Amino acid sequence: MTQRRNHQIGTGLFIVLGFAALGYLATQTTSLANYRQGPTYALKARFTNIGQLKLRAPVKIAGVRIGSVSDIQLEPDRLEALVTLAIDNRYNQLPDDSAASVFTSGLLGDQYVALKPGGSPELFKDGDEIILTQSSVQLEELIGKYLVGSGDTPAKKPAEPESASKQGEKP
Amino acid sequence: MSEPQPRPSLIGDSLAQVGALGLFLLSVLAAVPRSLRYFAETVRQVFFVGAMSLVIIMTCGLFIGLVLGLQLYEVLSRFGSTASVGTVVAIALYRELGPVVTALLFAGRAGTSITAEIGLMRATDQLAAMEMMAVDPMAYVVAPRFLAGIVAMPLLASIFNALAIFGAHTVAVTWLGLDNGTFWSNMTGAVDVWTDVMNGVWKSTVFGGVVTLVATYQGYTTAPTSEGVAYATTRTVVSSSILTLAIDFLMTAFLM
Repeated sequence: MTQRRNHQIGTGLFIVLGFAALGYLATQTTSLANYRQGPTYALKARFTNIGQLKLRAPVKIAGVRIGSVSDIQLEPDRLEALVTLAIDNRYNQLPDDSAASVFTSGLLGDQYVALKPGGSPELFKDGDEIILTQSSVQLEELIGKYLVGSGDTPAKKPAEPESASKQGEKP
Repeated sequence: MSEPQPRPSLIGDSLAQVGALGLFLLSVLAAVPRSLRYFAETVRQVFFVGAMSLVIIMTCGLFIGLVLGLQLYEVLSRFGSTASVGTVVAIALYRELGPVVTALLFAGRAGTSITAEIGLMRATDQLAAMEMMAVDPMAYVVAPRFLAGIVAMPLLASIFNALAIFGAHTVAVTWLGLDNGTFWSNMTGAVDVWTDVMNGVWKSTVFGGVVTLVATYQGYTTAPTSEGVAYATTRTVVSSSILTLAIDFLMTAFLM
């Protein structure tokens, strides 16, 4: 009988340990760890191109995470991406001329929304729209621009920065 | 089990094996409701199959994590992306390595002992004696072990994963000097609960059922000799390993 009881205690310990490990993996090593369910307020921003931005991507100011992307839709009439940001209520002092950009963390990392604080005395309220936005920079577009640009105006565009740098060197 | 046939054919034999295993699965499933009367027996089996496997699972998990951290750090540093060591380790573990390696170890540690135990019961006519006493061996012997495998495997795989993450963290952060915050924030940014962690949990649940099903089947149908039990134990490891890897491929292909 005591042996059976020992088996039951051992089984119980094993099951508790297993579920503790599973709970740890599920909450501490996955995106749930970033999922702060505090009170948030919504800001909207329109982008002509959001690149690879995904739901729940971080929103950062000065590199510090202040919220996440809660919704991404295509506006049917303007054909622009309407991105809703859920900002933590602690950060409710954002000037209403702050600018939003879609950036990439690292060269090939995930994309996030970076807010650049403006200088306006007025603050953003729940549901406001961020007017100043900058879309994601597409590598292909840059390459295309460079190729087409140098073909259209031969030797002129590359020459400009060159001469500018020369002028800079001389004095 | 099968009568000697004039021309043994590989395909026919394999098909017959698969069919017999499928029929055995059905009778085990049918015995599961009746086995609930012997709930204490199931608990005892979870102890033997799960808790007694903890040492090997934890040791192997730790070493797998250590070697993953070392190898990935070395390879990723060539591309200057050591920051994603944590991400790659976690995704590889949760999706594949955790469930599969745990299932292979489980087949070696628990599957063999199940086959040997039931095989000896068969060889010493204990199963027949149970039937004489109106105790259904499917409900008293086989189904509790099957249920115990299904319960124990996901827990074992989770413990394996946790130890492996700890090992990778030890190598990459403590030893090789990767930044602690980078390790965790990259991992939490890229790993998803449902597509990565729970995917592995489903897989290991299925593997637990597969390994214990093969082990109980081989023990139950063994030739009642010492040679037969030895042969059945070997076949348990071989066929449950192959089945685990094949089902892993199918589940990955269809569930992703």
